[in-house]
Amino acid sequence: MPQALAQQTVSTPAAPRSRRWPPELSILMVLVGLALGFELLGWIFERQSFLLNEQRLVVMILQVSVIGIIAIGVTQVIITGGIDLSSGSVVALTAMVAASLAQSADAVRPVYPSLTELPVIVPVVAGLAVGAAAGLANGTLIARTGIPAFIATLGVMVTARGLARWYTRGQPVSMLGDTYAGIGSGVVPVVIFLATALVFHIALRFTRYGKFTYAIGANPQAARVSGINVSRHLIVVYTIAGVLSGLAGIVTSARAVSGQAGMGMMYELDAIAAAVIGGASLSGGIGRITGTVIGTLILGVVTSGFTFLRIDAYYQEIVKGMIIIAAVIADQYRRRMRDARA
Amino acid sequence: MHGEAADASDRCLLEVRNIRKSFPGVVALDDVSMRVDRGTVHALIGENGAGKSTLMKIIAGIIPADAGALRLLGRTLQLRSPRQALENGIAMIHQELNLMPSMTVAENIWIGREPVNAIGMISHRELHRRTRTLLERLSIELDPQAEIRTLSIANRQMVEIARALSYESQLLIMDEPTSALTERDAAHLFAIIRELKSQGKGVLYITHRMDELSEIADEVTVLRDGRYIGTERTANLAREQMIRMMVGRELVRIFPGARSVPGAAVLCARGLGLPPHFQDVSFELHAGEILGIAGLIGAGRSKLAEALFGVTPARSGKILIGGAEIEVDSPRAALSRGMAFVTEDRKETGCLLTLSVLDNLEIAALTHGFVRLGFVRGAAVREACTAISRQLRVKTRDLGEPIANLSGGNQQKVLIGRWLLTAPSILILDEPTRGIDVAAKAEIHQLIAQLAAQGAAVLMISSELPEILGMSHRVMVMHEGRVTGILEREQADQEKIMALAAQ
Repeated sequence: MPQALAQQTVSTPAAPRSRRWPPELSILMVLVGLALGFELLGWIFERQSFLLNEQRLVVMILQVSVIGIIAIGVTQVIITGGIDLSSGSVVALTAMVAASLAQSADAVRPVYPSLTELPVIVPVVAGLAVGAAAGLANGTLIARTGIPAFIATLGVMVTARGLARWYTRGQPVSMLGDTYAGIGSGVVPVVIFLATALVFHIALRFTRYGKFTYAIGANPQAARVSGINVSRHLIVVYTIAGVLSGLAGIVTSARAVSGQAGMGMMYELDAIAAAVIGGASLSGGIGRITGTVIGTLILGVVTSGFTFLRIDAYYQEIVKGMIIIAAVIADQYRRRMRDARA
Repeated sequence: MHGEAADASDRCLLEVRNIRKSFPGVVALDDVSMRVDRGTVHALIGENGAGKSTLMKIIAGIIPADAGALRLLGRTLQLRSPRQALENGIAMIHQELNLMPSMTVAENIWIGREPVNAIGMISHRELHRRTRTLLERLSIELDPQAEIRTLSIANRQMVEIARALSYESQLLIMDEPTSALTERDAAHLFAIIRELKSQGKGVLYITHRMDELSEIADEVTVLRDGRYIGTERTANLAREQMIRMMVGRELVRIFPGARSVPGAAVLCARGLGLPPHFQDVSFELHAGEILGIAGLIGAGRSKLAEALFGVTPARSGKILIGGAEIEVDSPRAALSRGMAFVTEDRKETGCLLTLSVLDNLEIAALTHGFVRLGFVRGAAVREACTAISRQLRVKTRDLGEPIANLSGGNQQKVLIGRWLLTAPSILILDEPTRGIDVAAKAEIHQLIAQLAAQGAAVLMISSELPEILGMSHRVMVMHEGRVTGILEREQADQEKIMALAAQ
């Protein structure tokens, strides 16, 4: 009998990883269900289609692209069993720093008054570097001092927001160069979001980086005994999350053609929500980029749908909150099923 | 009311009728019926994956059955939670103990049911008095005010039993209660179980240790692949017959034995110390040799293994590999020197429970191979993992199956496979067959012997003396952190080892 089973596994080495129901499918069905629900309500109350409107679809994805970029980093952090509360503040800090280096030649400069217009690569690299530094701070605090991720990233969250305000003594940075503004115009943010998603989807599924990320989240002790340098890997994961928050900050400031210290407020929570709705488990070891992308789109559909139906914004938040709770309950339920079997 | 006329139906404590339970993809229990009489110890045995744990969880109200009925003292039970089971007189002593470490013995026993005084405050005096009475009734010598974290595993188990009985339970379910106990503690546990028997309680007892059955069990029920195989009086059942019932075939030799010829020393430990766990430990491990490490729980054996592998490095002494002194300050360093370490606790330090069998197999190998430019060479890894899982006869539908779905024995095989993929020359095994079934045990023993024959140096910690004696070339005995003797295979026997281990 065991022999027969073994033969079976051997005979299909090229078979897909598994023929099981992919976990994303149920979330995808929620997305489709919500979209169809709004479509139906649209015909009833607004006498027009919700989905068959190209402009609305573009706006729908566009407004969640920044959240999506952050959520891709946050998903990886959550897979390791951690959390990142600093993303929103890092968006603000990056937006300020990048914007201050991206002002057009004739702009009023709150910092570096003698600067002329720089090539667009400078603010972009600086922004990503700021994000990386914040992520590095998160990772180092968590991996080297052993304080919980929640506390470490809370500290960085407050610090980064303070730095963003201090940087220009609270003044906004405006009149950014056209090339820089181009990063946030049209569908460019959507392209950046989807490209980032693709890169990290591949990284998580097919690289050693991805395998180690899941292993650490599933069981950090077992991962260490298996020869993984857990501390170093955690620092890398948090740094990547920081870089992606930085990227989100660049896109945000480019889209607004200005940098403001109040940008990115509460983005970290939307990003965490997108990851959790997408199936990432806050206890670690579970989560996928495809799920997070769908989770992000669910947030987008809800926002657009409510605007479309001209329902007040606070109902949106109530429904969003309930979706998040439902997602966490679903995660708990799956975990109980697994534990019952183990 | 149950006086003289103790006929069959009157003696019956628990009746299990036609229980069925399936999980996605597996039928865990298929039409199982059995009964436990009052005043008896009823053992439930079977290989891992036979359905024992599932049956127990159903009886204890942890999971619901798909079909079938439970009757306790003639009453049909509808259990929806462990709490309801407790209230109906069924208590389970868990393998992983469920006590709150920072609370006292008394608080743990009466939690949620504390006696209160006139103004609604907990009466600690009454709490301690009740606890003392309860412990005395069971001849358990424990201070009601001791904090749980200061107690040994054995004493914690006693607290669990006391707690179960504080609910006036009629039926106690014990899941491998002796797996973490020393012989002396086990003897004490058996004395308590006999006391319970004499009080007319019933005990449903799960074990993998065949030797215990004749000592403690009155009746034995065997499950295999989720089916009821049979029930016998223990006295009428020979060991070979039991094994045959469990595995459905004859197992010829239990231990393949140490037949390989040891070669040169590959690993030397010189004066290793990590107070207070162990000190001044020196030994040599040769290629092709199986060195068994015997000792009681707490003798420092696992800590020694962890130090050798760099999990918690030793504070003094030297480790030499192939004659050269090396520093093992992390598992990573140990791995790069060709060492491998199968830890004692599958759940805590072994399995990546949320991940697949494939993910669990490949993870250690990925630290030093199967990777090109950061990308995992998927096809090559898959091929290697498939080969190893076939060699170890891992029972799984496919490598994408979550490891959580596998039985303990199969999980253990996966963890051993994880290390074989790194092609180790030194293999450290801590309790490699704990809590796994007879057939898987025999397979793992075969494998260890085979690895040694191929030249691997094996360090094997085990608390089962027959395993130590059956497998090892030499036996190193530890007591309270020190090596008390290294015996050649020919000189070693149970008495000598126990004498060195207990001093």
